[in-house]
Amino acid sequence: MSVDTVSLTGWGRTAPTAALRFRPRSYEEAAATVRGCGPRGSIARGLGRAHGDAAQNAGGSVLDMTALNRVRTIDAGTGTVVCDAGVSLHRLMEVLLPLGWFVPVTPTTRYVTVGGAIGADIHGHNQHVSGSFSRHVQELELLTAGGEIRTVRSGTSLFDATAGGLGLTGVILSATLRCHRVTSSWMSVDTERAVDLDDLLERLCAGDHRYRYSAAWIDLRARGRATGRSVLTRGEHVPRYALPARARRTPLAFRPGPLPTAPALVPEALLGGTPAALFNEVRYRGAPRYRIGELQRLAAFFHPLDGLPQWSRAHGRAGSVRYQFVVGHGREEALRRIVHRLSRRRCPSSNAVLKRFGTGDPGWLSFPVPGWTLALDLPAALPGLARFLDSLDEEVAAAGGRVCLAKDSRLRPELLAAMYPRLADFRSLRAELDPDGAFRSDLSRRLSL
Amino acid sequence: MKDAFGAPQSLLVLGGTSEIALATARRLIALRTRTVRLAGRPSPALDAAAAELRARGADVRTVDFDALDSASHETTLGKVFAEGDIDMVLLAFGIAGDQGRDEEEPLAAVRVAQTNYTGAVSAGLVCAGALQAQGHGSLVVLSSVAGERVRRADFIYGSSKAGLDAFAQGLGDALHGTGAHVMVVRPGVVRPEPRAEAGAVRVAGATQAAGVVQGAGAVRAAARFVSAPLEASPLTTTPDAVAEAIVTGLRRRSETVWVPGSLRAVMSALRHVPRPLFRRLPI
Repeated sequence: MSVDTVSLTGWGRTAPTAALRFRPRSYEEAAATVRGCGPRGSIARGLGRAHGDAAQNAGGSVLDMTALNRVRTIDAGTGTVVCDAGVSLHRLMEVLLPLGWFVPVTPTTRYVTVGGAIGADIHGHNQHVSGSFSRHVQELELLTAGGEIRTVRSGTSLFDATAGGLGLTGVILSATLRCHRVTSSWMSVDTERAVDLDDLLERLCAGDHRYRYSAAWIDLRARGRATGRSVLTRGEHVPRYALPARARRTPLAFRPGPLPTAPALVPEALLGGTPAALFNEVRYRGAPRYRIGELQRLAAFFHPLDGLPQWSRAHGRAGSVRYQFVVGHGREEALRRIVHRLSRRRCPSSNAVLKRFGTGDPGWLSFPVPGWTLALDLPAALPGLARFLDSLDEEVAAAGGRVCLAKDSRLRPELLAAMYPRLADFRSLRAELDPDGAFRSDLSRRLSL
Repeated sequence: MKDAFGAPQSLLVLGGTSEIALATARRLIALRTRTVRLAGRPSPALDAAAAELRARGADVRTVDFDALDSASHETTLGKVFAEGDIDMVLLAFGIAGDQGRDEEEPLAAVRVAQTNYTGAVSAGLVCAGALQAQGHGSLVVLSSVAGERVRRADFIYGSSKAGLDAFAQGLGDALHGTGAHVMVVRPGVVRPEPRAEAGAVRVAGATQAAGVVQGAGAVRAAARFVSAPLEASPLTTTPDAVAEAIVTGLRRRSETVWVPGSLRAVMSALRHVPRPLFRRLPI
């Protein structure tokens, strides 16, 4: 097991802290690390895609789980997979697609580990149909504070605390997942443009149930009557028989090729409002008004940014903040107000995504609830951003909504209890399971989880 | 923990009655700070400062701390860190001394040096060790522009700040990569806010001349510039402006902060003025 002292940040590259990084290669090594972690505790870390400080532990231990990366068994008949927590969704796709299975939920990057996907209870473009990741987990093995390994079945309270629990209930060692049957690795994509926010909400309400995957890119630079104009893309897996002859020869191929890594220093001039406005204008005008049945490869549809490794560098030296919130159905007024405020402020954001959420999941700190979610990246160096986002938080909380903890790096701790009603249960379960605080992260310290 | 914008949740102020420190604490409380520890010699001023910050909604406690008693620093500050993480330490104590008297009384001069330099070295090292152990946090050191190029008019104070500044820079390099971060703040002449009672212009630094000075004409020009009322000089600053610069510096994780920012250019020029000429500058 390798050990080194490293300075770690989340994907947003803000607030670096130093920790001892252990890289266990077996359950025993992981258990030994947790038992010997000392007063500042330990936390599991996967591929570091959480935007904020969820997988950092200042002055403590961080368990880099990526060496525990075996896919143990695959039942090709039922699509049940047992794998270690450090297996990435990319690896799972490589292994499963040739057998005709696909991961049940994928976020906009496939470089996340299974453990991280459960800990953050990630959601994807199919949340309105399939819920979030942990809904497809039958059971998992959890390394708890005493160093013992427990099998946790779906439906128990420990499972609900662990799903979305940000690694604070223990270290997830392995999981049993149910996958989704596909017959090709191609997507059929329908694209339409919405002229403003109301048009978008209407289209999402009217058509979402017909698609497995749905999300809209929203232009937050557009103002006036065009506020909230968007490009709505919705897709389905293409059945093999519907593929054109050429694609039918290798229907399950999955060979995404990465582009060169983003440069370490991006000129600040490329990050300002004008380039973002230009980009958004081109993106909106370049999208078809209405197109159905476009064939796209999986990676191009789900993970366009994965083609550019380290793309978070594009936000400059100061890093970025990802802000994602959800407000319930019937709270469209709050959503409208927030979108208007964002567009009036002319934030340089070019990857904002709006999505309609379906039924939420039982995870106590799981993010999705039925309603509307908006996610956007903002450069952390933007003057006055801290107060602006604080005021958005208040608006979200007043509308009964919540912000996503796996992406958070700046929430005011006082608002947490209003946003997550099961927080008290989570805290008491942690106090009972882990009285000495063997599992801690910068996020848990910041928000007193 | 600090958030993505570098706003700390807990703050330890060494030199709890410093105007700059209190202005900074007020700003930080408006952001995220909930815990404030004001370290200083027990005095009514310290209690008043604590009460004022408490009224703003923070949990404030005072800590009995004497910069001159270096031997006690480890115990005193160790206790503060043992209670919980400190996200930011603001090293703000220091005395300006009285140059005229200090030159007559070497012991008074030594007292300035011991407070500003020796005291800061021991307190700074204790805090640095604790920040390193917790793997995060910022040590913000209030240096002064007076230490950048020491002048005849206040070389005792200036030399102590020069030592402190060099110490803080070295400490910052030593802590690089450990999660802890050292920020050196170099304010110009700090005058009190207009609302504060008149009198007592606290000199944190004292350089008002600008630009590369060439020849006697320029010297006279500089003299006129300097003899202008303090309020008119563009290189003076206020505790609030310093506090704002500190908050911005935390957000950017800066290593050096000049207040006002234009001092960086001014001092980089003044630093290279030959001594025979520098002596003649009426600054």
